[in-house]
Amino acid sequence: MYKIVKKQELTTNIYLMEVEAKRVAKTCEPGQFVIVRMDNEGERIPLTICDYNREKGTITIVFQTVGAGTKMMAQLEEGEYFHDFVGPLGRPSELVEQPLEEVKSKKILFVAGGVGAAPVYPQVKWLHEHGIAVDVIVGSKTKDLLILEKEMESVAGNLYVTTDDGSYGRSGMVTQTIKDLVAEGKKYDLCIAIGPMIMMKFVCLLTKELEIPTVVSLNPIMVDGTGMCGACRVTVGGKVKFACVDGPEFDGHEVNFDEAMRRQQIYKTAEGRAMLALEEGDTHHGGCGNCQ
Amino acid sequence: MDVLKRIPVREQDAKERATNFKEVCLGYNKEEAMEEASRCINCKNAQCVKGCPVAIQIPQFIEQVKNGNIEEAYRIISESSALPAVCGRVCPQESQCEGKCIRGFKGDPISIGKLERFVADWARENGIKPTPAAQKNGKKVAVIGSGPAGLTCAGDLAKMGYDVTIFEALHEAGGVLVYGIPEFRLPKSGVVAKEIENVKSLGVHIETNVVVGKSVTIDQLMDEEGFHAVFIGSGAGLPKFMGIPGENANGVFSANEYLTRSNLMKAFDPDSRTPIMHGKKVAVVGGGNVAMDAARTALRLGAEVHIVYRRSEEELPARVEEVHHAKEEGIIFDLLTNPIEILSDDKGWVTGMKCIRMELGEPDESGRRRPVEVPGSEFVMELDTVIMSLGTSPNPLISSTTKGLDTNKWKCIIADENNGKTTKEGVYAGGDAVTGAATVILAMGAGKAAAKGIDEYLSAK
Repeated sequence: MYKIVKKQELTTNIYLMEVEAKRVAKTCEPGQFVIVRMDNEGERIPLTICDYNREKGTITIVFQTVGAGTKMMAQLEEGEYFHDFVGPLGRPSELVEQPLEEVKSKKILFVAGGVGAAPVYPQVKWLHEHGIAVDVIVGSKTKDLLILEKEMESVAGNLYVTTDDGSYGRSGMVTQTIKDLVAEGKKYDLCIAIGPMIMMKFVCLLTKELEIPTVVSLNPIMVDGTGMCGACRVTVGGKVKFACVDGPEFDGHEVNFDEAMRRQQIYKTAEGRAMLALEEGDTHHGGCGNCQ
Repeated sequence: MDVLKRIPVREQDAKERATNFKEVCLGYNKEEAMEEASRCINCKNAQCVKGCPVAIQIPQFIEQVKNGNIEEAYRIISESSALPAVCGRVCPQESQCEGKCIRGFKGDPISIGKLERFVADWARENGIKPTPAAQKNGKKVAVIGSGPAGLTCAGDLAKMGYDVTIFEALHEAGGVLVYGIPEFRLPKSGVVAKEIENVKSLGVHIETNVVVGKSVTIDQLMDEEGFHAVFIGSGAGLPKFMGIPGENANGVFSANEYLTRSNLMKAFDPDSRTPIMHGKKVAVVGGGNVAMDAARTALRLGAEVHIVYRRSEEELPARVEEVHHAKEEGIIFDLLTNPIEILSDDKGWVTGMKCIRMELGEPDESGRRRPVEVPGSEFVMELDTVIMSLGTSPNPLISSTTKGLDTNKWKCIIADENNGKTTKEGVYAGGDAVTGAATVILAMGAGKAAAKGIDEYLSAK
């Protein structure tokens, strides 16, 4: 059993939980993920690690209530327990593995969309702690849905916030901000984009044009997270990869996003998809798999 | 009674069981078991024991069954096997103990598997437990994986007095017994969980949610957590796909995913929160036991199910009993047929599978006749679901994170089959992680051999 030591509702339907998981906290690196189960009947839900504290032995996760599983999970309170919490899974971010000097020599741009700010944060923080300042774009549908702004501000070199409806920060999609920054004369050697599949797809289309190598973090359907089920298979550069063990980060310019988005809807019925679009309202971001 | 004929075992009617997940085979009652046991001629030089990978003293336990002394029969089996209720159900007895039975030369061999199952079930129902070690020796052994190899190795070591901890990657112990083999062949809460309880009652600790190679490495277990030796029984968990066009379409699953959803995650139960594809027409590609399990699961979830296999019936790797049960339940066998492409609609959902007819040519390295394509025989099967059951290979998570642990070209860990010794000192391995996908009982045999190997190593230290 894994105790929830902190719970916070970051904004409507997005929750942060800090959970005691000593083994995970000891060995995890930015870019990796965990799989959680709230009780003995629960689904196995994969979530990217948002932060970790090696001394306290805790892992921070951030999740959005999109389906029945995450909705029930949101009802867990501080002091209660997750039945299962396994990890760290997947490969650490390449930045963590590369020689520091090489990373330092690069101009890096992070692009976070919606709840994607959560997995971007530990990477930016890690780089900050290693003396590397990076530019970060955080995009959100609207002001109320923006998360982790303060945290990001404290570790980012430059932070650019944009909202689709212009209610806060810059106005428009993250792709607009990328275009603006490049037009202002910014040059980037590497882009790391994490967010809804549809956002990553369009960021990659743009950065390909701008010739900025781009890494994305995929979150397909998975069961075990150790390479056993193959549910998470994605096509990258024409080859089939398992996101759980080969990823979750991949070369964004090589990912077949249309297939990946399609595969996300395998267990969603037509009725379920319609319900999702309705319930998510303004926060609807392509999780239904129907949006292109 | 005709001594040449075995006492038939009661089964759920094929039509009825095709719609439920209850166990197919109902097993012997005490009278039936005693009668079947009385057919055993108690050979002095018992061949059946030689056919058993864990060398259960078969004539001795059968003798006790014959006399109605079931508790003593259980004690005899427990000396050699930690999981008799499982083995009595899933061992390929026809090619092991029963295959060597002298009775089999002129008539039916003794139903050794069904007798073993009866004894184990009786012991469980009567609350009989295996006896733990009298004294602990203070030495710690880590066992990676809680499948048949790991449970056997852990059980044997605990009986010798070792302090054993099993590390399991999933949230529940049991390995393939829990995620792979379906409820209708091996009941989970009724049988598997109880056998695992028995192993725990020997003093074995089980820590779930630990992915060795990720959560902790073997070197850390030995250097930081004080384990004196490690046994790797991590199985062969990686699914194979065919690599044909369209294989990533929605509705193509690995047998591993399909069975894990149904078995471990209980998707067969309508009250479960785990989703599973309820196909109308399903093709299962492959001819092994796992293919039969996937096919019979899909059938019970309401589908018309076809087994698509590229060789002929004779070469089907599945147990005869499984093929027989599958046919009885209405699984359709499309033999000498090989898929070449998965077809899908504009939304990416499976609509069919293009196949080609095969014929058998010259024998290949495996001794089986090699299937060759019949030119121009392509045809399309209309389907909404395809389950790939082409075998599995060992997971490189452990071997790739453990220095000095050598693997062969199939990523199988290299280990001595007599004692499980690997190329790294203090590290032993056995089961599918070493052999590639095989059977429950062979994994148990390897777990047993490694327990002996580990004991010899640590005793000499």
